[in-house]
Amino acid sequence: MSAVSESNVGTAASIARAPTFIEKYGNIVFRWATYLFAWLTVFLVLYIVYTITKQALPAISKHGWGFITGTTWDPNTRVYGVLPEIWGTMYSSLLALFIGSLFGLAVAIFLSEHYLAAFVFSLLKAVGLQFHPVWGKLPDQLERLFKNLIELLAAIPSVVYGLWGIFFIIPLIRPFCLAWHAKLGWIPIFGTTLSGPGMLPAAIVLSIMIMPTISAISLNALLAVPPKLREAAYGLGATRWESILAILLPTASKGIFGAIILAFGRALGETMALAMLVGNSNVISWSLFSPANTLAALLANNFAEAGPREIGVLMFAALILLGITVLVNMAGAFVLHRASVGQEGVR
Amino acid sequence: MSETVTHESPDRVTQPPGDVIDLGKLEKSLRRPRTAFNFVMSGLTSLMTIMALVPLFSVVLMLLVRGGKRLSLSVFSELPPTAFEQGGGFGNAVVGTLVMVGLAALISVPFGVLGAVFLAEVGPKTRLAKVVRMCAKVLSGFPSILAGVFAYGAVVLITGGFSAVAGGIALSILMLPTIMLTAEEAISMVPSKMREAAVGMGATQAQTVWMVLLPTAFPGLLTGVMLAVARAAGETAPLLFTALFSNYWLTSGGRIDFMQPMASLAVLIYNFSAMPFDNQVELAWAAALVLVLLVLMVNLIGQSLSRKTME
Repeated sequence: MSAVSESNVGTAASIARAPTFIEKYGNIVFRWATYLFAWLTVFLVLYIVYTITKQALPAISKHGWGFITGTTWDPNTRVYGVLPEIWGTMYSSLLALFIGSLFGLAVAIFLSEHYLAAFVFSLLKAVGLQFHPVWGKLPDQLERLFKNLIELLAAIPSVVYGLWGIFFIIPLIRPFCLAWHAKLGWIPIFGTTLSGPGMLPAAIVLSIMIMPTISAISLNALLAVPPKLREAAYGLGATRWESILAILLPTASKGIFGAIILAFGRALGETMALAMLVGNSNVISWSLFSPANTLAALLANNFAEAGPREIGVLMFAALILLGITVLVNMAGAFVLHRASVGQEGVR
Repeated sequence: MSETVTHESPDRVTQPPGDVIDLGKLEKSLRRPRTAFNFVMSGLTSLMTIMALVPLFSVVLMLLVRGGKRLSLSVFSELPPTAFEQGGGFGNAVVGTLVMVGLAALISVPFGVLGAVFLAEVGPKTRLAKVVRMCAKVLSGFPSILAGVFAYGAVVLITGGFSAVAGGIALSILMLPTIMLTAEEAISMVPSKMREAAVGMGATQAQTVWMVLLPTAFPGLLTGVMLAVARAAGETAPLLFTALFSNYWLTSGGRIDFMQPMASLAVLIYNFSAMPFDNQVELAWAAALVLVLLVLMVNLIGQSLSRKTME
């Protein structure tokens, strides 16, 4: 820069100049600011854990392991136990995961196999419009629309799903549940009647909420399978579903597994739909129709009215929820990371 | 005898009976178990996919029918009704949702963008960046109710009461990871030519970021902010015991006061859905319709922006 300004001496003033004081120190301040906020993110996570742990400590030292194995929650006698809540959290999440994975995988396969586009294309072909400049784009456009609609399922707030569950799902499934209970009541999962809110409606709504997570990540995993594997399977004479079951799903299995674990993490922490639909009673039961409770719903229902002593106990419950979800989420992220590393190797 | 066989099908003589190729077996027919299985599974997949979309249409339909019935301009200007009161609206809840999401954005946008600048530009390969990325991922999988628990412990207990500020802080924790991770991606997607040109002109790093990287990555940044806002607007759990609920406008003694409990659409829906009064349930549906329209609108803007950046 100095060479340029020396050569210009005498002719015209050079536009090149050293950074001004403000520019120089502004840059330093800016760099420090980005460092600061990066550190603040780490600090925030630690501070969240610290705050919850600090508030929970008195309750931890007082109740200890009995808190996790106890089955009653009674503020009047100050006996607290969250085993029914842990059971309810796990049971509802696993049920939702089962339903959500089935449907999420179906959607992912449907979209990755381009069933919709092929169907619309064959319709257009029947009318002879398949290469028309406007109509010819329809298959791809419809498929994109379909993908966006599935993503919209995830955008609807959980409290709206809860409202919908109360006024739509429960009245809809109640006659079936009563009939099943009457006929098959000797099987434990149909052991009680559905009196309104209960495990099954909660699990159904929860599965709808986690389905988009599973389908989106599984779709990416399926689309990332190298096309030559599928072509090789077809070349050997495999049908579409033989190649899906024997080649595509095993190859994409790590990504799908990661998706299911991440969805499990979401289901464990989901609050509102469950607080509105699960029934909020401390029961441990195999029955799908029995009311139950979850850790998140327990917090949502009791926190606002809790006295200072109960707050500590609730913070303990929050700490357990935090521990479970962070573990599950980190496992999911780890599996997905391994899956992406593995796929780079294939290419 | 062998002569007649040869006459009928010459293959039979040269090949042992086990290896006969029956061309009928290669035919694609639904009577074959393989093909039938394929057909059934394809049908089942399509059916399940269509069933997966039923809830979306059902929710939207019910919102339009039950919420649309009650929706009018007056619900935006009136206060929530008490137990046996008729009429009323949720004007304060609409304002409350907007104010708290605005507060949350005010905290999380500068925080997230500056953090993203560090991740994408200042120190992308440092150990700190790895840790920050991991923390952001942990936060993005964070149950929303725990953000409320944290804000309760860190704000409500210290300031001594439920407040709009506590609600805003709880929401900002949920918005932060979305904003930071999408902003990082948007900034690192700016072509390196532009970065190098700016540095070659003698710009400092701060000038490069402010004048080149952030304006170029702006649509991507905005997408992240929009998605985060849409998520935060629908969140109920973090507000239940931070901002609580209020039946009144956000004023005390003629002045706007953010240190008071504050209503929000989401909490209103939750509270009113459990009430045994028809008037309140109808209002809950109308509020749900407003909330979903708000969330979907913000979401669609975000999605269209992200499509623009991809092109």
